[in-house]
Amino acid sequence: MCALSCNPRNVRMIVETGHYALVLALALAVAQFAIPFIGARLNDAGLMRVARPTAITQLLFVALSYGALTYAHVVSDFSLVNVIENSHSLKPFIYKISGVWGNHEGSMLLWVLVLSLCGALIAIFSNAMSDRLRADALAVQGLLGAAFLLFILQTSNPFARVAPAPWEGRDLNPILQDPGLAIHPPLLYLGYVGFSIVFSFAAAALIGGRIDAAWARVIRPWTLFAWIALTLGIAMGSYWAYYTLGWGGFWFWDPVENASLMPWIAGTALVHSAAVMEKREALKVWTIFLAILAFSLSLLGTFLVRSGVLTSVHAFASDPDRGVFILAILVFFIGGALALFALRASALPIGGLFSPISREGALVLNNLLLSACCATVVVGTLYPLALEAITGEKISVGAPFFNTVLIPIALPLALLMPIGQMLSWKRGDLAAALQRLRVAFVAGVLAAAAFGAWYGTPFLSIVTAGIAIYLVVGALSDLALRARGGSGRPSLKRLAGLPLSAFGTSFAHAGMGLTLLGLAATGWGVETIVAMKPLSFYDVGPFQIGVESVSPRQGPNYSEVYAVMAVRKDGATLATIEPAKRFYQARRMARSEAGIATLGLGQVYAAIGESHEDGTIDARLYWKPLVTLIWIGALIMAFGGALSLADRRLRIGVARRAAAPALEPAE
Amino acid sequence: MTRKGKRLTLIAGAMAVLGLAAGLMLFALRDNIVFFYTPSELAKKEVASGARLRIGGLVKEGSVVKNGQDVSFTVTDKTSDLAVSYTGLLPDLFREGQGVVVDGVLQAGGAFRADSVLAKHDERYMPRDVADALKKQGVWQGETK
Repeated sequence: MCALSCNPRNVRMIVETGHYALVLALALAVAQFAIPFIGARLNDAGLMRVARPTAITQLLFVALSYGALTYAHVVSDFSLVNVIENSHSLKPFIYKISGVWGNHEGSMLLWVLVLSLCGALIAIFSNAMSDRLRADALAVQGLLGAAFLLFILQTSNPFARVAPAPWEGRDLNPILQDPGLAIHPPLLYLGYVGFSIVFSFAAAALIGGRIDAAWARVIRPWTLFAWIALTLGIAMGSYWAYYTLGWGGFWFWDPVENASLMPWIAGTALVHSAAVMEKREALKVWTIFLAILAFSLSLLGTFLVRSGVLTSVHAFASDPDRGVFILAILVFFIGGALALFALRASALPIGGLFSPISREGALVLNNLLLSACCATVVVGTLYPLALEAITGEKISVGAPFFNTVLIPIALPLALLMPIGQMLSWKRGDLAAALQRLRVAFVAGVLAAAAFGAWYGTPFLSIVTAGIAIYLVVGALSDLALRARGGSGRPSLKRLAGLPLSAFGTSFAHAGMGLTLLGLAATGWGVETIVAMKPLSFYDVGPFQIGVESVSPRQGPNYSEVYAVMAVRKDGATLATIEPAKRFYQARRMARSEAGIATLGLGQVYAAIGESHEDGTIDARLYWKPLVTLIWIGALIMAFGGALSLADRRLRIGVARRAAAPALEPAE
Repeated sequence: MTRKGKRLTLIAGAMAVLGLAAGLMLFALRDNIVFFYTPSELAKKEVASGARLRIGGLVKEGSVVKNGQDVSFTVTDKTSDLAVSYTGLLPDLFREGQGVVVDGVLQAGGAFRADSVLAKHDERYMPRDVADALKKQGVWQGETK
């Protein structure tokens, strides 16, 4: 459309400007690394000051380049290979925008855009730290930017041309043409590239050799920021998989999903260990290590997804040159950071030790269990690749492996979470903490009994649901007890006076509990596969589902067959759902569109298959009780993180002793 | 507790947790992994019946028999064949002559009972496992990557 009406020369100019901006951004990234780094070594304030403006300018140039690519997609400039491969002039506008990152080149450009955004954020919000730490951190960020910009320009140029330009593009992979995917990758990248900030600060601290509680205060908000984005990104991605893949599953232990889970687990551990470091000056070496680990796992994830070593529903890359390049970047940064760590860690002052029964002791145990979870995911993800590379034997490691290993680690961790919240710093009283949790224990046991009576087996679901309720009640009773103060009545005034980070912890833990309850409830789901006759109703759990009509329909760039189904209970129609099967002409690909009705906290989910001449249609029908809690819990977790982030005391630049000591838990 | 005592507690705790995790992983890796074979590899391996496997190959032309929700078909890599039975919905692009990966259990008689069937995603793309298997057999017809 616009490709005909807009002046083609202007379009070409904009695209070339984008390409050129990318080259300039590379030059800026190199400058952002070299000049401040040398400045920090020479202790030259002038050279170190170069870091901030170059970081901000680098962001502007990458953004310009990204904007140019988006523009090419929007106006359907089919002289670009990237646009031909992934766009179509009839594709809806929103997918022209999201299609920019729905492919290898574009998503790498988004990756670098987020990376340079992180650099600019450091540059803007880093007043309260030494010039040297800031200069070194921005230098590391610049080096990261340079490596990935070089990668894009060398192996994955989104501005590559083809002549003559074809009239029409090949369209975007249909499973990616979905509103969920319009939000999921940016959030996910904000999360796992966000850990680059923490990585840069860890490397800067190691280079400078100064690591103290102030450093922990600097990284804590950035860790939280990345963690919140990653939590939301993972939740979004899992919901997207749930409704577009049509199998009713929300997590497949696919390596691409694991790629985002690994940094999330490491980031969760980091949020907790940074708290110990900030309050008690302990766990310094460990916190630095986790800061390096979180981003290293992000890089590993990028390698897995972008190198083409995997092929799955998510992976669209297949070019060995890229794989080797990313592997080199991976080895350089992870190896470099770990070498620096090995050289400097022994020279770091050893932090204070503490009693095992204390808040920090509980946080150490939390870190141990989280590390074990993280190691499990890493092994489960890499083992099949390593085995295939070494022996040629192909295996798949799926849910049975992860469930067997993770459940015995994660359930004790869930049991510990409220206990840790109840213990005070330095020296805790376990008996008193358990005493304070008695309401939560009773609630958990009663809930398990109630769920058992209502839904019945499997036993694991009953136990998990009980623990989940205990976790929610335990997290909230911490707030209630604090509102009560010493021994008096609970007062709203005292509750309002609690620091936001206390609410943050409770919300995050309660959210985890809700997610756990949603996961537990998967055991109580009902699934049936039936050939549905018109106007007859089929039992699915407590509901009856029947087909009212099956008809074809034409979408903008697809045609579909959709069924109108009524969901009934006791004769009353509760909802109407429209599962569909779409066929995308340009790619000659089919895709299911699930029909979902949310009833209470559960969902009725239907996906249709083939329709037959006699008017029947094959369908998968599910009743998934409490399933929405999985994502609601994740939203609440992220909300908890945001509350902590908003806590004034944790904001950079606020003096350490700003909070009144009375707000600390009673010791 | 003394400084040394505290440190020992910490180290012992860490070892216990990591030991537990390592043990669980080894246990799970022994029992919960699924091997991937092509029909001809399966014919050579002498796998015991009852084993969980993934099999990749092509759906043999003319082999698909549907009876309501029950489907039976043959997976072939053009050297060996394997009879597969399955109950449920087939994926959107399940066709004769096209690539397929089935998950399931090898039955006593040498037939395969699938509990999930994965087909390629579009008309150009084939699961990597299948493509590799076909290349290995020298019957790959698509573009070489």
